[in-house]
Amino acid sequence: MLEVKNLSKRLDTFAMRDVSFNIGQGEYFVLLGVSGVGKTVLLEIIAGVMRPDRGTIALDGRDITFRKAQNRSIGLVYQDQALFPHLSVRQNIAYGLRCRKASRSEVREKVTNFAERVGAQDILDRNVESLSGGEAQRVALARTMVTEPRCLLLDEPIASLDAQSRGEVRSLLRDLNRRGQTILHVTHDYEEAVSLASRIAIMEGGTIAQTGSPEDIFHHPNSEFVANFVGIKNFFRGTLEPPAPGGQLSRFADPSGLRLWVLTDQAPGTGCLLFRSQDLAIANERPQTSAKNIFEGQIIDIIPAKLGVEVTVQIGVKVSALLTRSSINSLRLEIGKTVWVHFKASAGRFLRV
Amino acid sequence: MSLHKRRTKAPPSWLHLTFIALGGAVLLFIVAPILGIYLKSTVGEVAEAAKEAEVRDSIWLTLWVSMAGTLAFAFACVPFAYILARKTFPLKGLITGIIDLPVIVPHSVAGIAILTIVARDTFIGNVAESMGLEIVGTPLGIALAMAFVSVPFLINAARDGFAAVPERLENVALGLGASPLRVFFTVSVPLAWRAIVSGLILMWGRGMSEFGAVLIVAYHPMIAPVLIYERFGAFGLKYSRPVSALFMAVCLVIFVILRLVARRRGNARS
Repeated sequence: MLEVKNLSKRLDTFAMRDVSFNIGQGEYFVLLGVSGVGKTVLLEIIAGVMRPDRGTIALDGRDITFRKAQNRSIGLVYQDQALFPHLSVRQNIAYGLRCRKASRSEVREKVTNFAERVGAQDILDRNVESLSGGEAQRVALARTMVTEPRCLLLDEPIASLDAQSRGEVRSLLRDLNRRGQTILHVTHDYEEAVSLASRIAIMEGGTIAQTGSPEDIFHHPNSEFVANFVGIKNFFRGTLEPPAPGGQLSRFADPSGLRLWVLTDQAPGTGCLLFRSQDLAIANERPQTSAKNIFEGQIIDIIPAKLGVEVTVQIGVKVSALLTRSSINSLRLEIGKTVWVHFKASAGRFLRV
Repeated sequence: MSLHKRRTKAPPSWLHLTFIALGGAVLLFIVAPILGIYLKSTVGEVAEAAKEAEVRDSIWLTLWVSMAGTLAFAFACVPFAYILARKTFPLKGLITGIIDLPVIVPHSVAGIAILTIVARDTFIGNVAESMGLEIVGTPLGIALAMAFVSVPFLINAARDGFAAVPERLENVALGLGASPLRVFFTVSVPLAWRAIVSGLILMWGRGMSEFGAVLIVAYHPMIAPVLIYERFGAFGLKYSRPVSALFMAVCLVIFVILRLVARRRGNARS
């Protein structure tokens, strides 16, 4: 639906080269990269407020590389929201409709409709400068959504918000995507990427280092940069079950049948569970330990990492443990050996999806 | 800042007290001559001057011609200021310098310069005449002379105002489907409005106070500064003072009102 091919742009501070990706209809595509790699510039080029040096952009099969921004049907929401300070919330949301010469009744109806969708119906007459970060972000989303763009571009929409607003905006974005909105979202936060993306692209040094599903990226990083950047290898999608009555621990089940214990205050539901490699320990015998998650499995890979050595064990799914070199030697770990992997329920981090 | 906060600050040093004293001397230098005009003129004299049709006509002429000239030039100056704020182009530095030129050109020279291109035997003079327009010795000529010396104030203020509007807001408006013209009128101008109004007031005020350039392009019809000069030359200080007092009072009242209105609009926005 949105095809970006070999996009290049050189500016004073950085160079972006040969960026290519395709986004399908209804997809939630997250571009993950450290700050300053040109993610915002990429969005501005796609939105048409900046020209690329080379490359093409096509929307629904039509080349829009040089089409004017106002005729692209692509909505861009900036991290700082960029609400019009001289207009009220209502006038901000109505702006795009007024540009389309919508009738007064249509403007009223759509503004109310979209304000309700983002939960901004009670702040319509407020001055935008009195809004909190979360409110401003919702208004900015409504202002763009009201023009019904084919593709929605989001520049770090969550980064500058407080913890509570983050959750609200995240579920709002998920809801928009479920209703069929195609979204391209750029961020530097892998948790944001994991909890929202149907596909992720990693941007490194002005180009795309890897594209794939979150599972692909997290389990099979194709470069050291991606591996270090995403950091977490133990990444499972599944369902969090409610804790047993009186108990504190919840059960997490993934589709392959793996069941893990996790200590979390998150409500039950679907989501993903993350464990850091350094929280996993390996033993040759079944250990006597307080850790609730104990599995027997076979070592399938041992790779030196920047810090220590990464041992991948097949326990039904692949998990990765980060050990020191001396542990590898003293436990005499080698590929093919059967070992016990154990990790604490409290080391897990559950993210609702 | 509240009074309380100010009190908690450290007491001013000798250096700052010296600076404040110097500032006071400068303020006195500005205020004393103006105040002098009012102290030396009696209410009766000023009222007498106000009764004279010649005086009233000249003040009115000064006000409306400078206002009309300012508004007419705003149509070209405000969009030009926008381009200067937003775009980079070759010779931009030179163009910015040219805009400031009228500030340093002696005003009699400015009058001579304008007369040189609009006099009856020149191309512009001939074209204007064929259209039935007289420039020399008419309100049109006065407006041109006033605008020549005051136009930098409007362009510079509006340019700074536009430069302070985040370009991102304009990009967002484009992305929402607005045409560049619509973006200009619904985003750029409203957000730079305060600076533009401030520039208009400055240009108008500067134009209204112009003497040298106008004197050369149009001695008649007489604007207030020319009338004051004439009365001074023909009758001396005593007769020129009441007209000066009256003209300045009118200007001050309008200036203060416009400032207040502009500030209120600005506050309502922020």
